[in-house]
Amino acid sequence: MQQSNAYIITFSVILTVVLGLLLSGTAQILGPRQQEAIALDKKKQILGAVISGDEISAMTPQEVNQYYESHIGATVVDINGKEVTEKDGVAVSAENIDVAKNYKLPAEDRLYPVFIYHEEGDDSKVKSYILPLYGAGLWDAIWGYLALDTDMNTVGGITLAHAGETPGLGARITTPEVQARYSGKEIFNESGELVGVQMQKGEGKDYSSEPHKIDGMSGATITGTGVNNMVINYLGHYKAYIESKKSSQAVAAL
Amino acid sequence: MSAETIEKAIEKKPAEAFLSKRRKKLVTDPLVDENPITIQVLGICSALAVTTQLKPTLVMAISVIFVVAMSNFVISLMRNTIPARVRIIVQLAVVATLVTLVSEVLKAFAYDMYKELSVFVGLIITNCIVMGRLEAFALGNKPYDSVLDGLGSALGYSWIILTVAFFRELWGSGSVFGLPVFDTVSGLFGPDFKLATNGLMVSPVGAFIILGLIIWVQRTKTGYVEH
Repeated sequence: MQQSNAYIITFSVILTVVLGLLLSGTAQILGPRQQEAIALDKKKQILGAVISGDEISAMTPQEVNQYYESHIGATVVDINGKEVTEKDGVAVSAENIDVAKNYKLPAEDRLYPVFIYHEEGDDSKVKSYILPLYGAGLWDAIWGYLALDTDMNTVGGITLAHAGETPGLGARITTPEVQARYSGKEIFNESGELVGVQMQKGEGKDYSSEPHKIDGMSGATITGTGVNNMVINYLGHYKAYIESKKSSQAVAAL
Repeated sequence: MSAETIEKAIEKKPAEAFLSKRRKKLVTDPLVDENPITIQVLGICSALAVTTQLKPTLVMAISVIFVVAMSNFVISLMRNTIPARVRIIVQLAVVATLVTLVSEVLKAFAYDMYKELSVFVGLIITNCIVMGRLEAFALGNKPYDSVLDGLGSALGYSWIILTVAFFRELWGSGSVFGLPVFDTVSGLFGPDFKLATNGLMVSPVGAFIILGLIIWVQRTKTGYVEH
């Protein structure tokens, strides 16, 4: 059965239009729900830095939103730690900043959101500062949120996520087991230098007495290095902000 | 055209039973004797990739069932109008549309699953089972039969990947559908007793081993020999 070229072209055009309409229609209808799902996922990740993953997965979406509203405040700073309220005449809000997009800009032009975890309904009683992280793993992007206690030195917790690390190896950064290793570690050394928290090569060693080292992931050294770089880079970018918070607390303590 | 006269001749026969013997065979054959994974060894890529846990595997299985059955149906409906020279492109367009629909729905209603399955939902497009059934069956058969054929193949695929996922999750993570089986079992034997999980099962290598074992058991039972 040999059809004419005209038939083939007409058929293809009609098929393309029909399928195209179908797909764009679906995207239109489901769009708002997808945006909600993405926003909710982001909130879960942010909360994951300060409360346990089990607690979050036990919550309904409404509860997550509610908890987020009543416990998380946000601000945006630049590389000098100064608060930014608008950029190019447009108001900025921490929730809407795409860290991945900002990552492509030079470090000094980026906007840095800070999420502030506070007592329920009272944003003057800060419990920790949650800083977004973004970097490169072995295969693809990795990102996360690191919570700093109010001493601006102790890591309260971390959530890590990835786009395409090897399952079972680098992808283990998303497991609570690996993330728990960060809790209680310190980012400044005794002389006040920013050293971050470094995941070590090899696995199964005890680093509980070393405040800047944590156990590594066997078979995923490059992902570990990526996480290390990401943590130290972003802590560096937030350094001015961290220092300013530190000094303001020192004043308050006097 | 000759195709039309054949269709008319068939229409004159008494209507075939809704689930006649032949139609049942369409569904049951691919479960064991013509299984796409173990006999035809198609769709291996996703069978290896998504089977570390049962939950994502189940979502993957449902997605594949939907895509194969629906694409078979749509292509079969259009089979007399599809220009032979561009039929592969047409099939691909239909399959890609269906897969995108699945992916969009997952993104809206099961975002966690969407993240976990990530690229593998999209890769259903290249799952050989889908295109294979379109070429081999849907292009030459009526819509209802094609749906049954698609269901059969997809179910054959599904039960295999679910079996693989069951063993991989049990041995690799010590759980079934996220329930901690190993911890519960070892708890019965006192605090010092602990069942170890096998890290190999979490990596794709584990899927190869289990898949090999399934094929071995199945071929021993059915006496299937590759020609």
